[in-house]
Amino acid sequence: MQRIDNLRESPSQTAGPYVHIGCTPNFTGIEIYGGDLGTQMKTGPVQGTEITIKGTVYDGTGTPLRDAMVEIWQPDAAGLFASANETRGTADPNFTGWGRSPGDMVTGEFTFETVKPGAVPFPDGRMQAPHITAWIVARGINIGLHTRIYFEDEAEANANDPILTRIEHQNRIPTLLAKKKGDGSYRFDVHLQGPLETIFFDI
Amino acid sequence: MSIRNTPPKRGGFIPRDREWQPDALTPPYKTSIKRSPQAALLSFPSTLSEETSPVFGHNLIGDLDNDLILNYAAPGQSAIGPRIIVHGRVLDENGRGVPGALLEFWQANAGGRYRHKKESYLAALDPNFGGCGRTITGEDGNYEFRTVQPGPYPWPNGMNDWRPAHIHFSVFGHGFAQRLITQMYFEGDPHIKLCPIVGVLKSQEAVDALTGLLDMNRTVPMDSRTYKFDIVLRGRRQTYFENRKEGL
Repeated sequence: MQRIDNLRESPSQTAGPYVHIGCTPNFTGIEIYGGDLGTQMKTGPVQGTEITIKGTVYDGTGTPLRDAMVEIWQPDAAGLFASANETRGTADPNFTGWGRSPGDMVTGEFTFETVKPGAVPFPDGRMQAPHITAWIVARGINIGLHTRIYFEDEAEANANDPILTRIEHQNRIPTLLAKKKGDGSYRFDVHLQGPLETIFFDI
Repeated sequence: MSIRNTPPKRGGFIPRDREWQPDALTPPYKTSIKRSPQAALLSFPSTLSEETSPVFGHNLIGDLDNDLILNYAAPGQSAIGPRIIVHGRVLDENGRGVPGALLEFWQANAGGRYRHKKESYLAALDPNFGGCGRTITGEDGNYEFRTVQPGPYPWPNGMNDWRPAHIHFSVFGHGFAQRLITQMYFEGDPHIKLCPIVGVLKSQEAVDALTGLLDMNRTVPMDSRTYKFDIVLRGRRQTYFENRKEGL
């Protein structure tokens, strides 16, 4: 009998309490590399609407995590990714699309200065609602958690989104929506557990 | 019309094997209890959002970024501890090397102490050791870095839990869906089988997949021992038959 010799993905292990040493060392006081990666998503004047997204990651007791790392990845305002895999066009050269935040040292709140993403298609060609992918790691999280940030003020696009429309528990969709606050920023809190538990994705 | 002479379209990412990967809730690792989602994950095929990822060019990397013995040391000084080289390949599930992958690593010093203000272990800091490094894989997915072997250390979980010596790895491949953080352990460490964090792995095969092996062929005589540690990222389906509607 022949064997299928596919490899298995390396098992994940928790990022632990010191992920910031490895991924944002300057944030922890280790001055190296000339700065931390992912702190600036805009490298010059950008196209589209500039936005700020803030949020906090909460555990099942409602306690904010102060040792998490959140990464986001998104297209530019025209829906193009600054990626080698982008074949549909050239993304805004002043926008990286990728952000990484260790959160605030005291409160744990993360902040991303970014642009409102354009829409990108689903594999079957239907358009998805504008969204940002997010990935969360921390001590106590055995495998990184993927979720998406959609926008509360994109009601029509959200109502037709191929993924949002197939979620069985529609009452949980607000956990994926960034909400506009009085100061103009968007709020996107992440709840790891409990009645407000964020929808996490297996993609 | 023939499609046989055109390269196959790249499909979506092969689904993550959740029977192989650790569960979110693993009570012997206490912190997981209140940090583990309880609802089922929402499964869907990867889209452009997950099949793309940022580009990290080789020019990002400084000369000493992959040398933890020197990258935080004062001029003329070096970190204290057993000198080791860690090398290996980043591959995908199809066995292909992944070039251009960003690897970031972090670890305790040779005494088991991290350079972090929340660290409470009494072992001494090494003034010449920062504990972080990074590199980008070459054309075949190869990487290497030099460091000191980290020490085991106690941590607050049970009354007497010690982590085996380990190096943390953060890996960025070609798609956001491949994003991975893991840890490398050292062959022969008796703490491996006692550790609640290693214990979240579901099989001996999974533990072995994270255990670096002494590689005498790459060891530098009278200088550094070498450990080999390969990393596998998710692969993509490759097929002529990606969801084409009948008749098209």
